[in-house]
Amino acid sequence: MKNAVGREIPDSLLVNGKEVYQGKQYMDGKYIQKAAPCTRRYEKPQESKIVATLADALRHCGARSGMTFSFHHHLRDGDFVVNMVMKAAIEELGLDNLTIAATSLGSAHDPIADYIEQGKVVGIQTSGIRGRMGEVVSAGKLKTPAIIRSHGGRPRAIEAGEVHIDIAFVAAPTSDCVGNCRGIGGKSNCGSLGYAMTDAKYADHVVVVTDCLVDFPNLPASVEAIDVDAVVVVDSIGNPKKIASAAARISQNPRDLMMAENVAKVIASTPYFKDGFSFQTGVGGPSLAANLFLEKYMDERNIKMGWAIGGICGPMVELLKKGKVGKVIDVQDFDLDAVNSINRTPGHYEMSASQYANPANKGAFVNKLDFVVLAALEIDTGFNVNVLTGSDGVLRGAPGGHPDTAAGSKVCIIVTPLTRGRMATVCEKVVTVTTPGDCVDVLVTDYGIAVNPLRPDLIACLDKAGIPHVTIESLKEKAYSLVGRPDDLEWEDKVVAVLEARDGTILDVVRKIKPLEL
Amino acid sequence: MEILKSASAGTLESSDCLVTVEPGSGVSLELSSSVMNQYGRQIKATVLETLQRLGVENAAVTVVDKGALDCTLKARVECAVFRSCDASASNIPWGGAVR
Repeated sequence: MKNAVGREIPDSLLVNGKEVYQGKQYMDGKYIQKAAPCTRRYEKPQESKIVATLADALRHCGARSGMTFSFHHHLRDGDFVVNMVMKAAIEELGLDNLTIAATSLGSAHDPIADYIEQGKVVGIQTSGIRGRMGEVVSAGKLKTPAIIRSHGGRPRAIEAGEVHIDIAFVAAPTSDCVGNCRGIGGKSNCGSLGYAMTDAKYADHVVVVTDCLVDFPNLPASVEAIDVDAVVVVDSIGNPKKIASAAARISQNPRDLMMAENVAKVIASTPYFKDGFSFQTGVGGPSLAANLFLEKYMDERNIKMGWAIGGICGPMVELLKKGKVGKVIDVQDFDLDAVNSINRTPGHYEMSASQYANPANKGAFVNKLDFVVLAALEIDTGFNVNVLTGSDGVLRGAPGGHPDTAAGSKVCIIVTPLTRGRMATVCEKVVTVTTPGDCVDVLVTDYGIAVNPLRPDLIACLDKAGIPHVTIESLKEKAYSLVGRPDDLEWEDKVVAVLEARDGTILDVVRKIKPLEL
Repeated sequence: MEILKSASAGTLESSDCLVTVEPGSGVSLELSSSVMNQYGRQIKATVLETLQRLGVENAAVTVVDKGALDCTLKARVECAVFRSCDASASNIPWGGAVR
């Protein structure tokens, strides 16, 4: 069946109430019955929940074949915990038929690709999938199609019981002996633990893995001891160098700066740019640089930003310290400046993934967002964005909070160069739709700006401010005139990944790619 | 033109390609590309057209493409061919076979 973004969804996937994507806000007003975990009582006073090894923790939680284990990705590409846990489960306990439900996965998890090839890991549910794991899943080696969700779609699915987590693993930079966790104070600090919060509340069992045991009580705790079954102390939960970069630097690339300046111009031309406005930006070159130019307009008009959300990095913390933004609310930290600021700098708070972006709760932060500035691998003439699959059709990205912030914000701006190498970023039809075009408002490229015709109000704003803009079709033609018109990818029938829209409907599928024979 | 010896042009940098030509019988092409699925056919056509324009009838050609544009592909093929017959130092037929 064809969905609202024109993608053919196989009927075999439309079972157990699954529907195809119908357009944004389709589920508004509906009720959900939340799932509840089945958790163990610990009535008898306990001095400590520390167990000697991960294998002991798994046994304590009744780990068996066929279970779903959850992980969060605050340790980013420095994470050791996913690999350690899966190794203990598969090689020490001999488990198989396991499903990994992670908030994201990266090339740090390349060893899991072997477990997929061996048929030990049979299911993957994640936002990001990259590296070798992306390759083996794209090659159709995972027994069931991977399920890709946004950061808001994941807590929605957990709360609705579409994902039942048997054991959640919390990678904790610090924990006390009963499992109160924080993202700071240790040797592998990551700041916010926002993505782990929903998992800890909805999993049957929770295991905390830490490399820095601190005195009880470790407060204020991001994950609380009341939800934790066992604590394991290991030598190292991750490589600090890869957890948080030294400092996210603002790009000096003149092309990035030009695009960033245009993003700021577009923002300043809208009626939402007023005292107390709210903002999220990515950490890519031009997105981050937009901060710099926005500050100039804020000074000019003598206004301040009310609040900012997102993955947070240094430049936003700087604005907070300078008093130019009222509050920063944080689900993940990207650099040490942000890690060292959360819950310390007045006005810098932590939030859960659900609070950030869940479309099925009663009001996530994204719903009050004025502006979001995002990147894209590809954007097509229907303003549909792909941030998941490469031009070769292989899984190598992550929707992350992209679809959530795009849907919730008043103005969603995509900033991307027109071409990357030989790839046309602006194209006729994206490989995979990860953010539907009805949520995307403005495209800023190095060859011009295009506004979604669904937003005549924004077109009028740009015209009034004298900001030139063109049609997205003309940008696509410009791109193709530079790099040539690409051939369509050829696919086999086998579906290797299902892309869920944030509301739980099916937005697109990724099929197995057919290699090109010349 | 006749390929007298093995020669190459280009780099493995992003947006470039490395073209190697060797003596052979007939034209054979070995192509790998970071944009194979979307541009493989076009790259092949561009390389073969360029060889034909230069009058190369016998060559074993290897192209390792890193997303080069057509103009880059043509230039690298031309350069490799001219180098292979020691014709790259002077008297390049600008506006003739090379355009």
